[in-house]
Amino acid sequence: MLLKNTINELIKIIAKPRSYIGFGALTLLIGVILLAMKADGKSFISFVTASFEQTLSFNGEILNGNLMAFVILQMLIIHVPLLVALVTGDLVSGEAAMGTLRMMATKPISRSAILGSKLLAGAIYTLLLTLWMAFMAYGVGQWMFGSGDLIVLNNDGLVIIPSDDILWRYLYGFGLAYLALLAIASMSICFSVFSDNSIGPIVSTMSVIILFTIIGSLDVSSFHSIQPFLLTTHMSAWRSLFEMPVPVGDILNSVYILIAHIIGFTGIALWKFNKKDINT
Amino acid sequence: MNSTIVSVKNLSKSFKGFQAVKDVSFTVNKNDVFGFLGPNGAGKSTSLRCMLSLIKEDSGDISLFGMPMKSNRTAVLSNIGSIIEKPDFYKYLSAYKNLELLARISGSSVSKSAINDILEFVGLQGRENHRFRTFSHGMKQRLGIAQALMHNPELIILDEPTTGLDPQGIVDIRNLILKLSQEQGKTVILSSHQLSEIEMIANRMVIINKGETLIEGSVNELLNTSQMVVRFQLDDVQRGLKLLSLDFGIDAKPDATGQELELEIEKMRIADVAECFVKNGIRIYSIEQKRKLEDYFIKMIKEG
Repeated sequence: MLLKNTINELIKIIAKPRSYIGFGALTLLIGVILLAMKADGKSFISFVTASFEQTLSFNGEILNGNLMAFVILQMLIIHVPLLVALVTGDLVSGEAAMGTLRMMATKPISRSAILGSKLLAGAIYTLLLTLWMAFMAYGVGQWMFGSGDLIVLNNDGLVIIPSDDILWRYLYGFGLAYLALLAIASMSICFSVFSDNSIGPIVSTMSVIILFTIIGSLDVSSFHSIQPFLLTTHMSAWRSLFEMPVPVGDILNSVYILIAHIIGFTGIALWKFNKKDINT
Repeated sequence: MNSTIVSVKNLSKSFKGFQAVKDVSFTVNKNDVFGFLGPNGAGKSTSLRCMLSLIKEDSGDISLFGMPMKSNRTAVLSNIGSIIEKPDFYKYLSAYKNLELLARISGSSVSKSAINDILEFVGLQGRENHRFRTFSHGMKQRLGIAQALMHNPELIILDEPTTGLDPQGIVDIRNLILKLSQEQGKTVILSSHQLSEIEMIANRMVIINKGETLIEGSVNELLNTSQMVVRFQLDDVQRGLKLLSLDFGIDAKPDATGQELELEIEKMRIADVAECFVKNGIRIYSIEQKRKLEDYFIKMIKEG
């Protein structure tokens, strides 16, 4: 029954116009960034590298597909959650508002299977959105700008990664980005279970992300103890893959914390949904 | 011997301090068309929602097909088709696609031809590929009934199925329910405000008010249907009253306009009264049966 209803959920996602907003927005945003960099990227890169040019000599094409994918991933990782929540936050509450949750719940399918199928469908939608982001940022970026060594500025300074040592980092990077977006999806579905309108869970998800981002970036001692456990802290874990050497321990820690968030939100959602009175 | 399909005992449910249902009990037998009556806010929908496990009851026992609902939810629901309050579907999907989605989780295999057959049965053939958002209220109700019937359930629960329908739509739904009961042997629980509808098609009923059961039983027994309330429109109401008193010993009463008289009489004697009026030169303009359930319902609600 779980599988059958997952097929149903995917059919509904495919049929809903709002499901395409994410893909459209990603195409537009990444397209604009790529075209702008194609048109004026060289002067932008010169401006950024000007401070290093007295001590370093740059040979080859710095402005390449690898750099573009890095820039785009960095820019969008905070914004893509909105696109995910737009669909996943509506999965339960949207049906409650429409009255179709009532119709579903009178069928011989357990409440856990109803929610489980929505979580699975949400995970598949998030995966497709992540793959589209990867295709646009990395695939189209490579096609427009070609390959080359990646120069990254991080906390430890300037890191130069050879072009033949980059692809695996992006594969894992997008994998980590997917895990972070999956945590966002499970959070928005969890909020969705508590609500009977579509907007509430989407706004709540974004509010939590903004709040956690602010808490995570403030250098206040009382926040230091909670910062390592915030979801938003680990949303940028993918960046660690572009350090030399790769801090495997830190990355694994982020993976565990993101998985813990997914399990936590899913558990709360299942508990609430199984005892929820369907009054709409 | 009737076997009990539904047994509800001492069902209670409150919402944030408001007691919506209090100790409601009733039983529904196999092949019953069971009328579920009560004014707005009486607790009808809450009771039905508890029966379908849409909401959790505070206390009470609900058994369907001899099984406790709590521990046999999916087995019980696979044998029930229902519309609660109003049929809601995915607006962006066609009628066929909506049924296909619900068929997939109905607990039995429903073929494509079975979906087309049920759409034809409820009169939606030719509209199967139209999106739900383009449907009229009557068509939505028909689609709701289609989803309730498509997996061939034994028990059908219809909550206000004729609300908002035009007169022809009401007749169609009524005939459909009779057909399901008489031809297919289905058990139907029908919650309705249309008292005439219950009187015409239900064989048993329960009346609830303010969340409590007022009375339950056979419609014939409760309404004593051998006795009828009849209105005669006559050209001379006063003479008619005298004749009724002298010849039949009936104390009838004129209505407020003085154009009609109303009397309670055995069904078999209506023709005798009419013959008596005609023989005594009183012209009869109309004879109309007044629905007894309406009076009975109002009386029960007031007493309750």
